[in-house]
Amino acid sequence: MAELVFSTKKRKPWIKKSAVIMIIYILFLLIPIYWLLNMSLKTNNEILGQFSMWPENLTFANYLVIFTDPSWYWGYFNSIIYVLLNTVISLAVALPAAYAFSRYSFMGDKHLFFWLLTNRMAPPAVFALPFFQLYSSVGLFDTHIAVALAHTLFNVPLAVWILEGFMRGVPKEIDETAYIDGYGFFTFFAKIFTPLISSGIGVVAFFCFMFSWVELLLSRTLTSVDAKSIAATMTRTVSAAGLDWGVLSAAGILTIIPGALVIYFVRNHIAKGFAMGRV
Amino acid sequence: MAKITLSNLAHSYSSNPKNESDYALKKLNHVWDDGSAYALLGPSGCGKSTLLNIISGLLIPSEGQIFFDDHDVTNADTSERNIAQVFQFPVVYDTMTVKQNLAFPLKNRKVDASYIEARVNEIAEMIGVTEVLNNKAQGLTADAKQKISLGRGMVREDVNAILFDEPLTVIDPHMKWELRTQLKALHQQLEHTMIYVTHDQTEALTFADKVVVMFDGKVVQIGTPTELFERPNHTFVGYFIGSPGMNFLTVAIEGQKAFIHDEEIDLGNNYSISRGKVEIGIRPEFVSLSDDASGLPVKIKRVEDVGRHKIVRTDFYGTEINLIVSSSTMVPSDSCRLKFKKSAVNVYLDGWRVNGETV
Amino acid sequence: MNKTVNQKAWFLVLPVLVLVAFSAVIPLMTVVNYSVQDTFGNNIFYWVGLEWFEEILNSERIHNALGRQIIFTSIIMLIEIPLGIFIALQMPKKNGLWSSLCLVLIALPLLIPWNVVGTIWQIFGRIDIGLLGYSLNALGIDYNYVQNPLHAWITIIVMDVWHWTSLVVLLCYAGLQSIPDAYYQAAKIDQASRINIFRYIELPKMAGVLLIASLLRFMDSFMIYTEPFVLTGGGPGNVTTFLSIDLVKMAIGQFDLGPAAAFSLMYFLVILLISWVFFTVMTNLDKKEGV
Repeated sequence: MAELVFSTKKRKPWIKKSAVIMIIYILFLLIPIYWLLNMSLKTNNEILGQFSMWPENLTFANYLVIFTDPSWYWGYFNSIIYVLLNTVISLAVALPAAYAFSRYSFMGDKHLFFWLLTNRMAPPAVFALPFFQLYSSVGLFDTHIAVALAHTLFNVPLAVWILEGFMRGVPKEIDETAYIDGYGFFTFFAKIFTPLISSGIGVVAFFCFMFSWVELLLSRTLTSVDAKSIAATMTRTVSAAGLDWGVLSAAGILTIIPGALVIYFVRNHIAKGFAMGRV
Repeated sequence: MAKITLSNLAHSYSSNPKNESDYALKKLNHVWDDGSAYALLGPSGCGKSTLLNIISGLLIPSEGQIFFDDHDVTNADTSERNIAQVFQFPVVYDTMTVKQNLAFPLKNRKVDASYIEARVNEIAEMIGVTEVLNNKAQGLTADAKQKISLGRGMVREDVNAILFDEPLTVIDPHMKWELRTQLKALHQQLEHTMIYVTHDQTEALTFADKVVVMFDGKVVQIGTPTELFERPNHTFVGYFIGSPGMNFLTVAIEGQKAFIHDEEIDLGNNYSISRGKVEIGIRPEFVSLSDDASGLPVKIKRVEDVGRHKIVRTDFYGTEINLIVSSSTMVPSDSCRLKFKKSAVNVYLDGWRVNGETV
Repeated sequence: MNKTVNQKAWFLVLPVLVLVAFSAVIPLMTVVNYSVQDTFGNNIFYWVGLEWFEEILNSERIHNALGRQIIFTSIIMLIEIPLGIFIALQMPKKNGLWSSLCLVLIALPLLIPWNVVGTIWQIFGRIDIGLLGYSLNALGIDYNYVQNPLHAWITIIVMDVWHWTSLVVLLCYAGLQSIPDAYYQAAKIDQASRINIFRYIELPKMAGVLLIASLLRFMDSFMIYTEPFVLTGGGPGNVTTFLSIDLVKMAIGQFDLGPAAAFSLMYFLVILLISWVFFTVMTNLDKKEGV
């Protein structure tokens, strides 16, 4: 018999090595953001005048500028409007398509699926100019719908792909039972099927938001005044006296907040969604 | 190989258990003999997995101690206990070949390469995977994978015990039988201490020398399959083991006789019971149709022909009595009388079996 | 799952088809159209054949941009994929407040608008007002990303690592979460070392998500535009002018429609081709492992 070596109860270190690494990584992520926050709470004189780790003369003036100037706060509204539009459009067209791909085989289905995915690989820079011309020619330039439609090109393939993964996880018998029970396709889809893949829909919404909210190039190219996004507004903030760092920082901080809220709400679905669907 | 001793062992998942129902595992003293095959049988939630996890070292019991031979291992880590475990679903290292899988526990313990080679071949022979030895484990079927996890458990000769946690759950029915037989044969060959957790009585009874029946966090009986069958210690064991389970009738007992609904049943032994709930239990196998006018009058509800024998389900004043008769027996269609085999009648007081005095 | 053959399913994919046709096929046709024509203005075009393609293929400017792009993508993938795996392994295994907090904070950079990411690092790296630039200079390192090409590169790479490693972390974390506890128990019983647990349990289970993570990181880094545009504007000189920045300069800045269109098409094709090769190679490797 092998020699048995039994240790007595091991003493655990008060903090684990992995926790230390996590903290270091999170600090690496947060410090630049903190610095932006720091800048946003200083006056321009303080920013340029002296170097300090935190605002000595705490001011909300930079935020006040944004909240009182329509060209600033409309940037947020415009962005939110086209992000929501985009999410709704993407889901509306991706849901039936994903259902078709997950349940039926039809002529050219694989080619179609692959072709959809290739659109995700298209550099937005390639499409910037043609989009500008297309939407100008149909009179949609500088509208929310133009940006929303342009973003669907990148979001819909991803949405179809993720949803198809989730839908394949739902047994086909559920569909059949529902049809036998006398449900029509649309009532079945809305009442039975959609709730079953709700976390998939959540993940898709997250990704639509993620792409549409953070994208700059297309939203800047397709808008000028009426639908100008916050991102575009920010890149054009060069006042006569040079860059207004304080206001720019405040605007940046305000763009982080919606993202943080979205993550907070989907935090429990992220890991599950990533694992169950394919992305 | 080692003898495993559980001393005043109890476990509660709540940090501050107040009464008995807070314990997932109630106080338990038991010795698992070196080299025996045990089955831990019980319905889900009875505490058998808790007990297994305590033995394997995944859980530290909240009370009591556990010894391997004379070493106290209560707080020892799984890797220090030198045990092997086969899980509910196959755990194999997908990217390794079958051979590498089997060699893995030995390799990690820096065992001599030539010995590993010989031992792996020997085990592969035993579990019948010699042909696929150089295949990747990934592509194998569930039962082949489970065989490999089994083989990985047995490859070390010096393990203290091999634990099985419902290992046949994901295996097809016809393969279950084969694997079970193989396991039994392997135990006879290797003589490891084996503990086999299951909720399937057939698995438990065919595999084990001794079956430990658990119910509601308590061990209700430890015995050989025959003992469990003939002398269930607790009404739960009677119900749980056997198909259909034991018949129970609530009776009044005076001396050698049990009385129920003006009928009287001869018990053979003498009992002196004055209080509590008294029941008699008899296995369907020991109930027969009476060929004269004596016996309990019953209405026949249903006859199920299961091939080798028939199960007759009858009604005695609202209590079901089942009996097993050979398939050639003619069963009357409406009512009949039943006789019990005297020596097979057990008496229970508040659920626990009482011994009578022989007359 | 067995799928039923049903040609009517086309009706279900029709909306997607119409939408994508409108926003992909029409613009792409425009691009193709431009790529073979030239104009003197006033919407008068004439056929030039493959001239623009030849010009782009022989353009030193494009070659340099492509070279920079390949170097950039390789560097960030070599950093982000291993780092992402490493961080994912350190994530708390038990669900609770700490793990939720880690998840939320880690995901944060992913949801920040890309231009804001650029702005954050633009400010953070400045030697007069940025913590990073100021501290480095205070330590005696002559750091200045606006003027020094090497510093500009390092800053952009650190920025990309900051921005995107979290995506790899989240994907790998999801892969790790799907490993049943029994595997870790079995490994303990087999006395597998930490490295062996990683090599034989965690890595194989992460293979699928890693493939997706690498593909996404490849594609997105190959298309990177906004962050370096805001941070350095492609400079100093041209040293951080990646393909997309160059393309936008050419198309919208100089309005060289013909060459820009030819460039676009080849750019798109290169990404498709590399993704396809990458995907096939990875899935084949996976299959070989499986035999």
